[in-house]
Amino acid sequence: MQDNAHHDVAYLHDGKGLKSWLFTLDHKRIGVMYLFGVLIAFALGGTFALLLRTELLTPGKTFVEADTYNRFYTLHGAIMVFIFIIPSIPSALGNFVLPLHLGAKDVAFPRLNLLSFWIWGIGTILALLAIVLGGVDTGWTFYTPYSSNVGGAVTMMTFAAFVLGFSSILTGLNFIVTVHKMRAPGMGFFRMPLFVWALYATAILQVMATPVLGITLMLLMAERLLGIGIFDPALGGDPVLYQHFFWFYSHPAVYIMILPGMGVISELVTTFSRKNIFGYRAIAYSSLGIGIISFLVWGHHMFVSGQSAYAGMVFSFLTYLVAIPTAIKVVNWVLTMYKGSISFDTPMLWNLSFLILFTIGGLTGIFLGSMGTDVHLHDTYFVVAHFHYVMMGGTAIAFFGGIHYWWPKMFGVLYKEGPGKLSAILVFIGFNITFFTQFILGSRGMPRRYYNYVPEFQTLHQISTLGSYILGVGFLIMTFNLLSSLKRGGRPPRTPGVRARSSGRRRPAPPSPTTSTTRRR
Amino acid sequence: MNTIVKHHHAHHFASAAQEFSAAKMGMWLFLVTEVLLFSGLFLGYAVMKTLYPEMWHEASHHLDWKLGGLNTLVLITSSFTMALAVNAAQTNKAGEKNARLVGLLTATILLAGCFLVVKYFEYSHKFHDGILPGAHYTYGGINAPNAHLFFGLYFLMTGLHGFHVVVGMGVLTWVLLRAKKGHFYSEYYTPVEVGGLYWHLVDLIWIYLFPLLYLVG
Ligand SMILES: [Cu+2]
Repeated sequence: MQDNAHHDVAYLHDGKGLKSWLFTLDHKRIGVMYLFGVLIAFALGGTFALLLRTELLTPGKTFVEADTYNRFYTLHGAIMVFIFIIPSIPSALGNFVLPLHLGAKDVAFPRLNLLSFWIWGIGTILALLAIVLGGVDTGWTFYTPYSSNVGGAVTMMTFAAFVLGFSSILTGLNFIVTVHKMRAPGMGFFRMPLFVWALYATAILQVMATPVLGITLMLLMAERLLGIGIFDPALGGDPVLYQHFFWFYSHPAVYIMILPGMGVISELVTTFSRKNIFGYRAIAYSSLGIGIISFLVWGHHMFVSGQSAYAGMVFSFLTYLVAIPTAIKVVNWVLTMYKGSISFDTPMLWNLSFLILFTIGGLTGIFLGSMGTDVHLHDTYFVVAHFHYVMMGGTAIAFFGGIHYWWPKMFGVLYKEGPGKLSAILVFIGFNITFFTQFILGSRGMPRRYYNYVPEFQTLHQISTLGSYILGVGFLIMTFNLLSSLKRGGRPPRTPGVRARSSGRRRPAPPSPTTSTTRRR
Repeated sequence: MNTIVKHHHAHHFASAAQEFSAAKMGMWLFLVTEVLLFSGLFLGYAVMKTLYPEMWHEASHHLDWKLGGLNTLVLITSSFTMALAVNAAQTNKAGEKNARLVGLLTATILLAGCFLVVKYFEYSHKFHDGILPGAHYTYGGINAPNAHLFFGLYFLMTGLHGFHVVVGMGVLTWVLLRAKKGHFYSEYYTPVEVGGLYWHLVDLIWIYLFPLLYLVG
């Protein structure tokens, strides 16, 4: 146990050179490669976001044409969803932490794990190739029949998303088997840390939902290459069928994105409140509950797509049900903090940021889940703001909290607290300025994805853009702070936040058979 | 005579039993994803059939149920030889010749090849008539409109299935080569087992495709 920090990062020096990384089977190294990969994707997607917001400073043309603008938002969405958020927490942090938390030497299938990373890399390259080959302007949802007939590199982008799906399936499959088969002796299901529970529920969704995306995208490619016609009304097909297919995956995908974030929060909230988690089993079960319900609500994306009103009512009701397990989690996190001795370290600031932003995101989802209000709000900035509060305010913020939390463990170095806190606060402020404004814009009728807008909306758009610049500065400070800690080197005198108590038990964690030791006491 | 190679489980597993059960569970999960992948096509089939019942009926009569039936028999037989192959591996003792395993695996692969040959003749006959997927469809022998939808799905479903047959042949060939080297015996036959699971699924999917496309119409 002594000199723990030193041994922890021995994996970084296991081999030298690029090859020792690209062909590694070590879950820690694969996690680190994923971490830097998805962070680069985030920077790229974020750059497109800033370009979009800049274009929206004035109605009409600010600096790019409408066509370019359409490509920007498609790339922003596709990169952020398929390349950044979906792999972010499971593949980067999960890969690193899951085996340690279970007391396993590695994931069940290390080769599959590396293959997943490679496939992710190939998918990413294909997506970038799509940009070079003329771009895509369909939006990340690729709705037919527009997507099956329009020019540009839609087929390439679709194929990229298809390939990325495989990467996600492999990670999910690996994690499920790891949780079932690789737990150390004595580690029962209800002794697993809640982060593991969250990864487990996520993995089930990855395995159960992603193949449906696979076949959807394959059918779309067949539409484009052969003209099969099942999604094209001109050929006798049904475009709404495409939407059913797409959302059957993409609603569960929302939980593929948020559940791991919730898992990270369960760890952060206990560590920095110095209390055991409140309602361990409730949180564990609610992860599974969210996973199950998520398969039954896809129709709430199609209230105005010509789906029957009865179907809409059922989907609306089922959508409300998601609020129950979600609220259980939020309440338990808050009760964990209640009377805890809270320390406001950098990860905790991200954590608090999550609790506020995610709650707003969740509550505004209720407006969209009820048919009456959705008819008014559908396809407006209200939707954009809602899912950014959930996806970015939720998942991305939890991810960055998790990165700061595990950073010393991963690299054996400490970042500076001052800039760390500053970046968390700037992101929180910038985020709210950017996206709360969009709730207002949306409720007043500003449609999403529009290049142009009426002059009345200009002030709000400009405030939103200003907020996005603050966000950008916050992330720049964060990046600089983290990277400079790597350059500075050295090892932390004492890793902060080493005692996640999200397993809710005051018992020693099973010793990990590797050189590293788990940090829970 | 003693050509058997003893298996050592990978370092991150505690035992060979753990390794085996992990591999098996992994394959079952993979099969779940395969079923879900095909489920999309089955759903597309159901929706299109509901939209155009008469066309569906008429178009399905243009498929040759005899060839389809023959292929069904071929695949069921291959599943049988595969099951026997797993049994042969399970009962093989370390150090014994496993000619039975090698023979059964070879038979399974040959039957898979048979399936593809029959499929090739079916496809080329259709192509000859102008029954091609999607926009390339030029056949004039069906009166009901939108018959290209039926054949588009026919080609997608059987094509994706055929692709799985090819992959299965590749996997089983790899298993066969290892079996020839004497890698499998009663205590280690994981690749035979999981390869077999995969092969049974490929057969099972065809057992749904055949009646839906050739008979139900
Ligand atoms: Cu949804």
